[in-house]
Amino acid sequence: MSTVTATAPVATTTRSSKKPRTSTSGGSGTAWAMLAPAGVLMLVFLIVPIVLTLSLAFTDARLISPTPAKFTGLTNFTRLFGSNVFWHSLQNTIVFAVVIVPLQSACALGLAVLVNAKVRGTNFFRTVYFLPVVTSMVVVSMLWLFMYQQDGLINSLLAQIGITGPDWIGDPNTALFAIILMSAWQAMGFHMVIWLSGLQTISADLYEAASLDGAGPWQQFVNVTWPGLKQTRTFILITITIAAFSLFTQINVMTQGGPLDSTSTLVFLAVRTGFQQQQTGYASAMSLVFFVLVLAVSLVQRHLTRDKELQR
Amino acid sequence: MSKTETIAPAPTAETPSVRAAGTRKKPWLPWLVMALRIVLCLVFGLPLVFLIVNSFKPDSAIFGDLGSINAFLPVGDLSLDNYTGVFDRVPFATFMMNSVIISIVTVVFGLIVNSMAAFALSRMHFKGQKVVLGVILATLIVPFETMALPLLWWVNQLPYFDGSTGWLDTYEVQIIPFVANAFSIYLFYQYFDSIPKELDEAAKVDGAGWFRIYRSIIMPLSGPAVATVAILTFLPAWNSYLWPLMVTQSEAIRPAMVGMDYFKQMTGASGTAWGQIMAYASMITVPVLVLFIAFQRAFISSIASSGVKG
Repeated sequence: MSTVTATAPVATTTRSSKKPRTSTSGGSGTAWAMLAPAGVLMLVFLIVPIVLTLSLAFTDARLISPTPAKFTGLTNFTRLFGSNVFWHSLQNTIVFAVVIVPLQSACALGLAVLVNAKVRGTNFFRTVYFLPVVTSMVVVSMLWLFMYQQDGLINSLLAQIGITGPDWIGDPNTALFAIILMSAWQAMGFHMVIWLSGLQTISADLYEAASLDGAGPWQQFVNVTWPGLKQTRTFILITITIAAFSLFTQINVMTQGGPLDSTSTLVFLAVRTGFQQQQTGYASAMSLVFFVLVLAVSLVQRHLTRDKELQR
Repeated sequence: MSKTETIAPAPTAETPSVRAAGTRKKPWLPWLVMALRIVLCLVFGLPLVFLIVNSFKPDSAIFGDLGSINAFLPVGDLSLDNYTGVFDRVPFATFMMNSVIISIVTVVFGLIVNSMAAFALSRMHFKGQKVVLGVILATLIVPFETMALPLLWWVNQLPYFDGSTGWLDTYEVQIIPFVANAFSIYLFYQYFDSIPKELDEAAKVDGAGWFRIYRSIIMPLSGPAVATVAILTFLPAWNSYLWPLMVTQSEAIRPAMVGMDYFKQMTGASGTAWGQIMAYASMITVPVLVLFIAFQRAFISSIASSGVKG
């Protein structure tokens, strides 16, 4: 089964409410009992940490501390907003997201269109494009760290055609770009599959009709494919954006935020602060900023989805 | 409703644009498409070929072959030296076993706990049901990274099973927080909703209780949902890096991904021991690649169905 929909969860809730009430004598206790294991775990490891993110941000909590955390008001935030590293990291995070979202989604759509045809070998190509997705980001980062070296694979290949490549990861001007390229390479197959499942939902009749009207491949893409992918598009944009904001592994494996903070990100900074330096309160303030960013993006997405429902 | 069931996980429809173009007398287009596909195949496949091939070469050959096609071919001085080197440097078997234990236990508990919750939400009726479902779905937008640091602080305060305080450096802290999963519940919920309710009624007439209906009727019918949830739980559990990096100190319970960090500080005869890094990376990657190729359709359809997230 592959359920392909970008329905907002809210819609599902409304649907379930319309279910006819069947006789359920004595089912309530069993229902709560079956819900309990997941419910308790989510309460302890999801709801509580979310609440803690909101509350610890206003305290001086430390990871290991003999004294309990004290309320410190907005101290963490004034410190955060006065910190150069924070602004650098926020800027890097946003640049990363702004570049990778169009790059990765467009290339993934290109891949999807390329393999959305029933000819020999399609399955093989799709499998190969998908391979990096099942390779862990730690391995991918290590591999590309080698490929990106001054005397590594990429520069050796460039040298074959007479180009002297930069020190990709060592140069503050290219490091973030190099990481963007690698991250897009790793995750592209994932979004190719999502685009593909979107392409499958577009009726072949529409293409027939467009073809009869004399529309060429490009016109068909613009007038049939693109509008038909609206829901998929929203979903892909939001997932890539959130994944981009969460950027950590690549940074930790490849650059440790360097050179000159040129690749430091919000999550990387939060981990350094809250884990290595054990300043949980301060790290929570960063997490909260991150959370607000994600929430803002999600609300924009909701807004776009609602617009589409209204147009129907 | 925009809930669309695609029958086959592997898309098979012919691209109309390509076909139409063929009829419009552009015979070069299919060739261009095929050429592009092959080039992209190299772009996505070659780095992994490079990784595996070079794990069998000594460091000098790895760098020596870089400028030629040999970089991607298993030629020259091939040996298992890098692999034996890995076993000498890190407790590889322990790391690997830890990853296997953590991933499998997370998947198994996750399947049980999340399917039970989804069953209660989908097929039973109780007060507060809609609120519970709403809260679970609302948490879908919170990425783990936003709460990782507060969670780290929190698990360090929690009472542990033996009466002490703090869960750090245990298997439990790497497994239990990831068992209940809102997205898994949502996937099960959706699937259960598509199973006719008449089955429940018939079973009840025969005297079956709710738990019996769940175990003997609904779960056996939910193979595809089980596969999807298993795959979507396994991959992040296996690839997990940030969390085990923070919560584990002793090598005895560290998973394989964190083990990779050991090679960044260690150096071989000439700088970083790249051959060993590639051997280690191959050993933690190839099992998953083999799993993927074996269960390719299930993997792809799981990812496709994750398109519901949002």
